[in-house]
Amino acid sequence: MSAHNSASGAAQDGFDEARAREVIDGLKGLQGAALPILHALQREFGYVDQRVTPMIAEALNISRAEVHGAISFYHDFKTAPLGRHVLKICRAEACQSMGVEKLIERLDRMHRLKPGGTSPDGELTIESVYCLGNCALSPAALLDGEPVGRLDNAGIDGIVLQHTGARA
Amino acid sequence: MTTRIYIPGDSAALSVGANRVADAIAAEARRRSVAVEIVRNGSRGMMWLEPLVEIETMHGRYAYGPVKPTNVAALFDAGFLSGDPHPLGHGKIEDIAWLKRQQRLTFARCGVSDPLSIADYCAHGGFMGLEKAAGMAPAAIVEEVTASGLRGRGGAGFPTGLKWRTVLGAKADQKYIVCNADEGDSGTFADRMLMEGDPFTLIEGMAIAGFAVEATKGFVYIRSEYPHAFAMMERAIAEARKTGLLGANIAGSGRSFDLEARLGAGAYICGEETSLLESLEGKRGQVRAKPPLPAIKGLFGKPTVINNVLSFAACPWIIAHGAKAYANYGLGRSRGTQPFQLAGNIKHGGLVELALGITIRELVEDFGGGTFTGKPIRAVQVGGPLGAYFPQKLLDTPLGYEEMLAVKGMLGHGGIVVFDDTVDLARQARFAMEFCAIESCGKCTPCRIGSTRGMETLDKIMAGKDRTKNRELLDDLCQLMTDGSLCALGGLTPIPVVSALTHFPEDFERPAGVRMAAE
Ligand SMILES: Cc1cc2nc3c(=O)[nH]c(=O)nc-3n(C[C@H](O)[C@H](O)[C@H](O)COP(=O)(O)O)c2cc1C
Ligand code: SF4
Repeated sequence: MSAHNSASGAAQDGFDEARAREVIDGLKGLQGAALPILHALQREFGYVDQRVTPMIAEALNISRAEVHGAISFYHDFKTAPLGRHVLKICRAEACQSMGVEKLIERLDRMHRLKPGGTSPDGELTIESVYCLGNCALSPAALLDGEPVGRLDNAGIDGIVLQHTGARA
Repeated sequence: MTTRIYIPGDSAALSVGANRVADAIAAEARRRSVAVEIVRNGSRGMMWLEPLVEIETMHGRYAYGPVKPTNVAALFDAGFLSGDPHPLGHGKIEDIAWLKRQQRLTFARCGVSDPLSIADYCAHGGFMGLEKAAGMAPAAIVEEVTASGLRGRGGAGFPTGLKWRTVLGAKADQKYIVCNADEGDSGTFADRMLMEGDPFTLIEGMAIAGFAVEATKGFVYIRSEYPHAFAMMERAIAEARKTGLLGANIAGSGRSFDLEARLGAGAYICGEETSLLESLEGKRGQVRAKPPLPAIKGLFGKPTVINNVLSFAACPWIIAHGAKAYANYGLGRSRGTQPFQLAGNIKHGGLVELALGITIRELVEDFGGGTFTGKPIRAVQVGGPLGAYFPQKLLDTPLGYEEMLAVKGMLGHGGIVVFDDTVDLARQARFAMEFCAIESCGKCTPCRIGSTRGMETLDKIMAGKDRTKNRELLDDLCQLMTDGSLCALGGLTPIPVVSALTHFPEDFERPAGVRMAAE
C-alpha cells in the first residue's frame, strides 16, 4: 500500500540529519534497537527518510539492506510525509459487520478521499488498518492516535470537514 | 466528604467520549462546589454502556451509562453522587446480571481498581501469586501451571506448563520471557483491556514466568494500533520498578526480573511467535522455520518463553489459588476460564470471562442480546480472521479447543464476531484471501501467491464466471495453502473460506446481478 500521494502543499520535508543522529544515538544501546529507532524517527519527522538508512546501519553495525528490509516490511513506516492529520479506519471483520465499507464508499463519493490517499491540501490522510481492538463499538477508527468508536456518516463527514481545507 | 467517581480511561470508553465526560463531571462538580476525586479505571467490558460512570457510595458502587457530557448536569440534579436513580442508572454495578453471571478470574480487577496504583492492586488481591511464587522452586511453579491445565490463549492452545518446562530445562546464560501482545485478530480486545485496565496483572504473570524458568529479562510486544495500551504498560512498568516489584531481589526472593515494552509496526504476521521474535530483534517480521523451537532458541538465540497476554495474566490467579481451583473450571481438555470477546454486529458487546465450554449461542444471545441492528443473526465468526464462519445450526457448539476443531473451526483468542442477515459470505471468503495476501510475510508461495489467486477466483465465482471450474480451482488452492504453508496464516486462511462455502453455499450461487443490487 503506497500511502502517499499528497499534492503540493503537503507537509514539507523537515528532515534534519543532526537531529536524526541524536535520535539514533539515544536509542542504539537498546537490544534490538532498529524498531524503536524507526518509530522514534517517524515520530520526529512524520516519516522515515531514506537518508537514515546508512546512519542506522552504521550505528547498529548491520547492513543497509537489513535496515531497508525492515523499513519496507512494516506498514507503519512511511517513506514520505503523510497529511497533517491521519485517520486510520478499521476495515477488518468486526467493522465490516457494522458497515465500514459503506463509510469507505462515502469518503470516496462525498469527499474524494480514498484509503492510502491524502486530501489535496495535504491536511488529512486516510489509511486502512485491520483491527484497533475496539470491536464492540465498530466501526472503529483512530484519529491522530485517538480512538473513535461507532463511526457513522455524520462522524466521518465531521472529521473530514474539521481536518481539511473543506471547512473554508 | 470527597466522592470518588470512576470514569474509564480504556480506549473503547475514550472512543465514545469518556474524556469529555470526565471533563464535564469535573467542571460541574466545581460549579456546584462539591468535592470529587475522579479515578480513571479500566473498562468493566460492557461496551454498550460506555462511558460507564461509577460512583462510590457507602453502599457500594453505582453505575450510570452510557453518559454523554450533556447528561452530566441532570445526573447531579438527580443525586447520582449518592447513587440515586436516573434513567441512565443501573443500580449497583455488581448486581448487573451481565457481570454477575461471569467468572472473572483473570479480569477480576479490570475496571475495579485504579490501573496504576500498586496499593489498589494489592488491596484487590494483587501480587499474591508472585509472593507465593517467590517462595517456590522453579520446577514447582512449572508444575503448578502444568497441573492447572492452562493452554495458550493466543490461538494455538499449546499447554503453557509444558512450554515453560522446556525452557526451564534449557541451559543458557540468559533466558527471556516474551509477551505476545500483538492481538491482531479482528473481534478481540481482551489483551488491550487488560493492559489498559489492570497492567500489573500482566507484569505479575510475566515475573512469575521469569521465576519459573529462571529468566531475568522480559519484553512485551504491543501492536502499534494500541498506543494507549503501550503508554499504560510503560507507566505500569515504571511504577512496578519504583516499588521494587520489578528489578533486583523481588519480594525478597533473591530473584531479579525486569521488563521492557516494545511497539510493533503494523504487521499482522508479527503475532506469529517466530515473526514476533524477528521483529523484536529489529528485523523484518519473517517467519522462522521450526525447529528449533523458541523454547530452545528464541529471542537473540536464547531459550525463550513466548506467551499471549491472557496466558501470563492467568498465572497469578493460578499460583495464588492453586492449580486445582483453576482446573475446576472448564470442559474436557479445555480447563479454566476464557475471556471471550463479543464483537461486531452485537447489541451488548464486550468482555465475558467464563469457564470454557459455554456455547456460542449462550454468548451471542444471552449475553450479547442478538445483533445491534436488530436483524437475525446469520453468521458468527469465532477465533479471528483465520476462524470459521458458523451458521445458526452450529451455534450450540461449546467453546472448547477440541469442540471447535470438531466443527472445523478454532477457538483462537476467543473473539466472536456477529453478522446479521445482510452479510454476504462470498465477500467474507474473498476478504479472508485478501487479508492473507496483504499480511503474508512472503516466505512461501502457497500463501503469498495462493491467496491472491484465491481472491481472483472468488471474484470470478461471484461474477458468475465458470462457476464449476472455479470452485474446483478454489478447492485446490485451499488444499495447497493448507498443506504447503510454513505457518498458520497461509495454513489456516482456508478455514474461513471453506466454512463459508460449506455452510453458506447459496451465497456463492447467486446470480451476479443480485449481489450487486444488495450492496
Ligand atoms: C498469523 C498468526 C498470527 C498470530 N497472532 C497472534 C497474536 O496476535 N497474539 C498471540 O498471542 N498469538 C498469536 N499467534 C499465535 C502465536 O504464534 C503463538 O502461538 C502464541 O504467541 C503462543 O502463546 P500462547 O501459548 O500463550 O498462546 C499468531 C499465530 C499466527 C500464525
Ligand atoms: S504461510 Fe504466509 S505468513 Fe506464514 S510463513 Fe508462509 S508466507 Fe509467511
